[in-house]
Amino acid sequence: MFQGASNFAKGVDSAFFFIFAISIFFLVGLTIVMIWFMVHYNRKRHPKAEQIKDNMKLEVTWTVIPLIIVMLMFYYGYAVFKPMRQVPDDAMVVKVTGRMWNWSFEYANGKISNELVLPVGKAVKLNLFSPDVIHSLYIPAFRIKEDMVPGKDNYMWFIPNIEGTYEILCAEYCGLRHSFMEAKTRIVTEEEFQKWFAEETPIVPEDKGLAILQNNACTSCHSLDGSKLVGPTFKGLFGSERLVMENGVEKTVTADSTYIKRAILEPDKEIVKGFAPGMMRAYDKVITEDDIKAIVAYFESQSKLPN
Amino acid sequence: MTSNNSALHPGSYLDQQGKYKGILGWLTSTDHKRIGILYLMCILVFFLVGVTLGGVMKLELLRPGEQYIDAQTYNGFFTVHGIIMIFMVVIPGLAAVFGNFFLPIMIGAKDVAFPRLNLFSWYIYIVGAAIAVLSQFGGKGAPDTGWTFYAPYSIDSNTNVTTAVLAAFVLGFSSILTGLNFIVTIHRMRAKGMTWFKMPLFPWSLYATAWIQVLATPIVGITLLMVIAERTFRIGFFDPSLGGDPILYQHLFWIYSHPAVYIMILPAMGVITEIIPTFCQRKVFGYQAIVLSSLAIAGVGYLVWGHHMFTSGMSDFSRMAFSFLTFIVAIPSAIKVFNWIATMYKGSIKINTTFLYSISFIFQFMIGGLTGLTLGALATNVHVHDTYYVVAHFHYIVFGGMGFAFFAAIHYWFPKMFGRMYNEKLGKIGWAIVFSGFTLLYFPMFILGLQGMPRRYFDYLPEYSGGHFISSIGAFVLITGIIIMVYNLFRSAKKGELAPANPWDGRTLEWTIPSPPPLENFDNEVVVTEHPYDYK
Ligand code: HEM
Ligand SMILES: [Cu+2]
Ligand SMILES: [Cu+2]
Repeated sequence: MFQGASNFAKGVDSAFFFIFAISIFFLVGLTIVMIWFMVHYNRKRHPKAEQIKDNMKLEVTWTVIPLIIVMLMFYYGYAVFKPMRQVPDDAMVVKVTGRMWNWSFEYANGKISNELVLPVGKAVKLNLFSPDVIHSLYIPAFRIKEDMVPGKDNYMWFIPNIEGTYEILCAEYCGLRHSFMEAKTRIVTEEEFQKWFAEETPIVPEDKGLAILQNNACTSCHSLDGSKLVGPTFKGLFGSERLVMENGVEKTVTADSTYIKRAILEPDKEIVKGFAPGMMRAYDKVITEDDIKAIVAYFESQSKLPN
Repeated sequence: MTSNNSALHPGSYLDQQGKYKGILGWLTSTDHKRIGILYLMCILVFFLVGVTLGGVMKLELLRPGEQYIDAQTYNGFFTVHGIIMIFMVVIPGLAAVFGNFFLPIMIGAKDVAFPRLNLFSWYIYIVGAAIAVLSQFGGKGAPDTGWTFYAPYSIDSNTNVTTAVLAAFVLGFSSILTGLNFIVTIHRMRAKGMTWFKMPLFPWSLYATAWIQVLATPIVGITLLMVIAERTFRIGFFDPSLGGDPILYQHLFWIYSHPAVYIMILPAMGVITEIIPTFCQRKVFGYQAIVLSSLAIAGVGYLVWGHHMFTSGMSDFSRMAFSFLTFIVAIPSAIKVFNWIATMYKGSIKINTTFLYSISFIFQFMIGGLTGLTLGALATNVHVHDTYYVVAHFHYIVFGGMGFAFFAAIHYWFPKMFGRMYNEKLGKIGWAIVFSGFTLLYFPMFILGLQGMPRRYFDYLPEYSGGHFISSIGAFVLITGIIIMVYNLFRSAKKGELAPANPWDGRTLEWTIPSPPPLENFDNEVVVTEHPYDYK
């Protein structure tokens, strides 16, 4: 895990090493002095304290030397950091969207993936976007991290230099499933990358409704396969009888198009029994009337499939 | 003036005074000492609640996956844990408890400048705390934003964020008024002959702190009001979907909250600066250097807030400038450490519980400070920002620093405050367990952070389970130690040996009056001629 796998890793690690070495020197040195004083000038051994006068020279010394040292640390940190913001012109551009609570990576040819596949040894620039709250793209093995701030453009770049699969984590707290907001980056050879890039058809689901569900990250809380996540599953939703709580009163409703629409626009009004209110945001002004129709159509089509 | 049966000393502040008896007598008293004790009790309760929440979080993190609480509960827990510890424990902390109790005595005054305002500040604190408690219940559930209330999540979350933000807002007023009171007290009420540079160093640190409280707290106040307005009336300050700017929020928040770190640590440094000379029987080394470094920290501390935002997309120039200033502010802290250690040189050192807590303060403060350097340097910050490295770093500063200074202070001044000695043996056992538990709990978090474990994670990848496991064990050890310490103090307050006026051979003014002090502290007007740390 300490293994670095990008062009920045070596610089960052050596900056750590530099600062740690000096820090440990001071920590250990001062601690030893302190303990030595405690033993040597212990009251039993040294019943009478000697009064020492202040010493201007000493004060100046232990102001100036640390000052010089921290300036070196500052400079080291800055020098290694500077290139992190200077993207080479030939970098391949990937658009990254981090939303509550998943990642998607969009390539120049329109291909969208939920895994960041990159060729080894080639510079890549990630343009960072968030449609909802702040997230932060963090790849520990590459020693890089940058926030994705809604309404602001931000970016990061790097050259992955060892083939392998590495974790992508979200480092800025973004709500309920923050700690589950993971993805992988797979670093492969140029040929492999080209094959992946060209061959695989972009995973744009044929069904428009499903695409809307996925693009709005509905499916990160509502499963399609019947498993229980943060919210109830979408499987077998359409036309089913739902036991819901409205203002603390239990009632049964049929999941028809109006019910589904209400559940999207005012999720807290009726809560399916066994789930907590306040978990889902209201999607009014986010998902349009037409999109809701498409979603309902998708649910309906699913209910017609043979089991 | 000294009397051996001082607990029976008539007219002690603990005896009934004024027209009300018992608890009502406490709730209406404007005596600075009683107000100090009121804060002490409240802070103790909140601290123990905060510790319990921390303990439950560590229990959940003992193993990966969901154990005892679900993700939403966990998120609520670290949010209240942070709110309690920051706004209700460490920010009032030393200033409200020991500042109230000892500032007037140490400068030879009968009380603070505005005793009634002082009691009023305590009531504001209680109202703020009550609102914070309220935010945990009813409505749409406990707030889940973290104590930092970052927008736009804090605008979108439909939990009781407004209530929690209101609590922080109200608590801020208590802090401002206490600061104001102390500034006026120090300017106007010093004893005859106590020039600025004859003032002891704990009051000096309170003075520097008070200015930060008065000048920085209003900024967070207005920011929190903006959050409330945005949530209630949909006015777009911070949420981009309403036309606001999330980075603006972060600037405003940290302009206060970084200096707030110094609100907690400066008085802690002040306490340690009192204790070391007393237990070494030596004049403090570099009195003026220590004063100037306090003022420098208070000043430069205002200019470094951006180091919390190195990865936020802030301009590259700001990143560099804030990194530079952050390294500058490290220097005055280093100067203090050197002076403390130099004070021990050729002293006559008495090692007891108080001193052990002080020494562990210095040790842990060094670790907290030195790891701060990797957070201040840009290249390394990018890797460890928002990981467990930060969680370890700030617990080392706030808990290992401020918290341990608080433990040192309560032992140091215990005989004065309650007129009895604490049990030394149990005290030392408690210290040993607290210290080892602390190290076991927080040190592994540095490693976890370096390995890339982000903070505020309910669940984690299997490669982080070793570190979390050890750290959770540490939490249980630490909590055991805290229980022993608190037990010892409570028992000693009732059954301890009676304390003489000056059990440690201190030189500052509080040791010249009986333990516990009489109602108005001094029988006669105090005249100061000597330097506060003139040991013969
Ligand atoms: C036994 C004592 C304590 C334990 C076990 C403990 C444990 C924890 C844990 C597990 C977290 C959450 C880490 C995360 O998920 O990112 C945390 C966060 C925090 N702790 Fe503690 N802690 C303790 C004492 C303290 C003290 C004494 C203070 C302050 C004086 C403090 C201040 C904080 C703050 C400010 C946070 C950040 C909350 C946030 O991320 O919003 N803790 N602590
Ligand atoms: Cu996140
Ligand atoms: Cu800061």
